[in-house]
Amino acid sequence: MAELRMPSLGADMETGTLRAWKIAPGDRVARGQVVGEVETDKGLIDLEIWDEGVVEALLVAPGTKVPVGTPIARVRSTAAAPASATQAVAPVAPAAAAPAPAVEARVAPVAPRGAPKGTPAARQLARELGVELAAVTPTGPHGAVSRADVERAAAGRAGRAPAALDSGAGPAAPPPEGAPPPAADRQAAMRRAIAAAMARSKREIPHYYLATTLDASKLLAWLGAKNADRPPAERVLPAAAMLRGVALALRAVPELNGFWIDDHAVPSRAVHLGVAISLRGGGLVAPALRDAADKDVDTLMRELKDLVARARTGGLRSSELSDPTVTVTNLGDLGVELVLGVIYPPQLALVGLGKIVERPWAEGGLLGVRSVVTVSLAADHRASDGHRGARFLAALEHELGHPEEL
Amino acid sequence: MNASELEVAVKAALARVAPEADLDALGPEVPLRDELDLDSMDFLAFVAELHTRTGVAVPEADYGKLGTLAAAVAYLGARAR
Repeated sequence: MAELRMPSLGADMETGTLRAWKIAPGDRVARGQVVGEVETDKGLIDLEIWDEGVVEALLVAPGTKVPVGTPIARVRSTAAAPASATQAVAPVAPAAAAPAPAVEARVAPVAPRGAPKGTPAARQLARELGVELAAVTPTGPHGAVSRADVERAAAGRAGRAPAALDSGAGPAAPPPEGAPPPAADRQAAMRRAIAAAMARSKREIPHYYLATTLDASKLLAWLGAKNADRPPAERVLPAAAMLRGVALALRAVPELNGFWIDDHAVPSRAVHLGVAISLRGGGLVAPALRDAADKDVDTLMRELKDLVARARTGGLRSSELSDPTVTVTNLGDLGVELVLGVIYPPQLALVGLGKIVERPWAEGGLLGVRSVVTVSLAADHRASDGHRGARFLAALEHELGHPEEL
Repeated sequence: MNASELEVAVKAALARVAPEADLDALGPEVPLRDELDLDSMDFLAFVAELHTRTGVAVPEADYGKLGTLAAAVAYLGARAR
């Protein structure tokens, strides 16, 4: 017997609301099948199941908000293979880290096969206004429904007849049980989740901060030569190369990579780089580039592009959201030179990448102009000391100074 | 491709990168990166879209010449067939 549980998509997620089931008792389910929709502060998630079998019972009704880890469905395993059984009883991780092992979820894709296309903002608005996306005339690119289309559709409907708004409840009726919260509430919820995680970080984690400015000229020259012969779609951004450098440097200083759980550091062998990605229209997610230390720069660039696209349009997997071992934030595009970050608990460190700028640079008694970047580290002093943190920055400087080895 | 075809292509490329933007209201001289909040990843995607749509692979050294809608159309106009 396997239990499907409410997945955890990060330390700041305490509850999730089941929005819809796509299965019914008696249905046969396959590994990776989308079985439902879950709403969190990070948006709508397509819930996948990782056990094969027959649905025995749905334990919560749509609209129900339950804590992370709560069993929400029971599946009778038909495979009865040991592997499947192991998965079903996989231990629940400590609450702090808490990825729900048997469950993987995906943020709802923009356009599920056969469903009307719409931008994420439009889909959200449609949901809030109770507009059926399929009924909206799309004017957006590639036949996608835009926010404006949804607004038009909602306005037209309201203008025609108030009675058309809904069949049952009067205009003053409260939203039906389990209705999605309005945008303001959702924004507030996301803010509250960030507030809780960051306040916890500053309350519990004794941060120390280190920063150093390093010469990025060789890195840029190396990338320039690499990109010169490539079509745009295959070019590599400095950010991808720097992420590779960070991953390698973390291997040299494992005290910075992992989690603080139950009063001790639990370093992670794998380096899953959480990449802070700002969402168009507000908000922030930091999904992981998994096993970043084992991948070359081209692979990381491809995966970074994919991650950013999915963060913005939908399709993040729960493993990406639940298990980054460290976070990297890059504010260089906004012109910021130095980032002093707040660690995302229960992680042990946050690495900041600043803007690459030209500066006068003295070396070997000679003054020249170089492209430089300021890299920073915010680390948990319970798990490491400044000496080790400095070692990390030195390792990063070495990696970025020898790009041909990246 | 003529100038108006190129403008359509540039706007289509931008629409792919910034789907929520109101491109009809985009003035020809407005700085694209600021106006549409394009980071370096977005801009690379924009350049890749231009390549697909116009056949022009803009080298990195020329990214600065795509600063506005008008500049991009002029740049591509000199190179697209």
